[in-house]
Amino acid sequence: MSERTLRGKVAIAGVGESTYYKHGQSPDAEFKLALIAILEACRDAGIDPREVDGFASYGGDRSEAVRLAAALGIRELRFSNMHWGGGGGGVAASVANAGAAVLSGMANCVIAFRSLAQGQFARYGRGAQATAVGGDDAFLAPYGLMSPAQRFAMKITRFMTDHGIRHEALRAIAMASYHHAQTNPRAVMQGRPLTEEKYDASRWIIEPFHRLFDCCQENDGAGAVLVVPAERAKDLPHRPTYLLGAAQGGHHRSAAPVHNAPDYASAHFKTVARNMWEMARLGPRDCDVVQAYENFTGGVLLSLVEHGFVDPHHANEQLVLENLLAPSGRMPMNTSGGNLAECYMHGLEMVNEAVRQLRGKACNQVPGANVVAVLGGPMVTPVSSLVLGTEAAL
Amino acid sequence: MSISTTPRALPAGLPAPAVEPLTMPYWDGTRAGKLVIQRCRGCGKHQWGPEWICHRCHGFDLGWEEVAPRGRIWSWQRPHHPVHPALGGFGPYTIVLVELPHADGVRMVGNLLCEPHAPVTIGAEVEAVFEPHDEAHPPYTLVQWRPKG
Repeated sequence: MSERTLRGKVAIAGVGESTYYKHGQSPDAEFKLALIAILEACRDAGIDPREVDGFASYGGDRSEAVRLAAALGIRELRFSNMHWGGGGGGVAASVANAGAAVLSGMANCVIAFRSLAQGQFARYGRGAQATAVGGDDAFLAPYGLMSPAQRFAMKITRFMTDHGIRHEALRAIAMASYHHAQTNPRAVMQGRPLTEEKYDASRWIIEPFHRLFDCCQENDGAGAVLVVPAERAKDLPHRPTYLLGAAQGGHHRSAAPVHNAPDYASAHFKTVARNMWEMARLGPRDCDVVQAYENFTGGVLLSLVEHGFVDPHHANEQLVLENLLAPSGRMPMNTSGGNLAECYMHGLEMVNEAVRQLRGKACNQVPGANVVAVLGGPMVTPVSSLVLGTEAAL
Repeated sequence: MSISTTPRALPAGLPAPAVEPLTMPYWDGTRAGKLVIQRCRGCGKHQWGPEWICHRCHGFDLGWEEVAPRGRIWSWQRPHHPVHPALGGFGPYTIVLVELPHADGVRMVGNLLCEPHAPVTIGAEVEAVFEPHDEAHPPYTLVQWRPKG
């Protein structure tokens, strides 16, 4: 039996996005934003959109594959896929699922995308408005535990307390994203730099580790990538970006009800990261750039630890701003501004940024970047992450 | 066990727990001032939150048993930003994750009854306070926590 792997077998041939907006400011409907991003990814790849034969998404995307296929006049739909779970836990999984479809011959040309207009629909930061709630929420919402930040905060409290990690480590994560957004014309927060003083003066969302700037934005927009077989990518306009490794899921009972995961103070990447590195035959030291999904900066800390980028015993020294900045930091991170400062497109913007870094066309380019890791939404099981690389990384 | 008459932890208007077949024995227990959780009749282990199957032995014969209403703080958070209209102008308030070491280490979520800015210590011992919502339709009782005196 041949080796079962996606490594080097599929590639991202095109990336696209809509204009990114603060929530409620998009003049376009969510579905139109999806169409704009998909058409842009096809144009970038030099592929006729009618040739697309699959769609993969996550987070309960409302732009359904069959409606997209009808609207775009897709000739033949061969693959449609939704990764379970809310938020951006599935961002890397959507790309990997597209890749698996292409590798297996189920489809030839698959779009992985996310469209999200929080202005048109519900904002994530608002709690349930129902008079009664069932399931897990029956044991949470009556106690005022409703928002994503509140669902995850106690993981972060415990981990940071156990390891003596200071809030300044999270501040560095936030400031890196804002710093990189200042040179990114797509970034919603371009022109709004963040200083230590501004961060420290920002209001508490949740004590003890969530100030305003530790939390992602709420936005309107869409992003998309086009995934094709590696051989096909070589004939297309851009230098191919190869999928080197990908994994999704969660460790033992990571989503156990009412906050009963045995290993609770976790982003739930422990097995996922191991599997991803195994497929990629790489490790954190091989990466030139990291894109680490920020729903909350504490989640980034956990992601970085569980993927081996940060040692929790040295997090206070490792997570300082200069280490995280392109072009010359030890671990350039979230080089387009990420969810905090480019756009909260549920991490799809981070996949696009990883591709731009590997093409050498990023707004904060890390010279000679050959390997970029994208760590999807932490704590939102099933979580997912991936590693992309240039031909030199194969 | 007496029903507490202390003021409620949070303002009125937050979502009530829906009555569901899987979880009804718990809510029946809290109405009676008892902390009643799942315990597998096959392997004898407690589990929480409620599920139709024992995750250890795959038995469906899950019983419900009263456990001592005490535990220790496993983690905590103190929300300031109101995420629900009922919380506007209120807060901060404190949420704790309480571990019950005498019930196979299951964890429960509730509010810590304390001053808004009181320090919270992981590992601190707490005891349950039953908070009735008699005016609700149907009535229900939440389980809150206070530092052990």
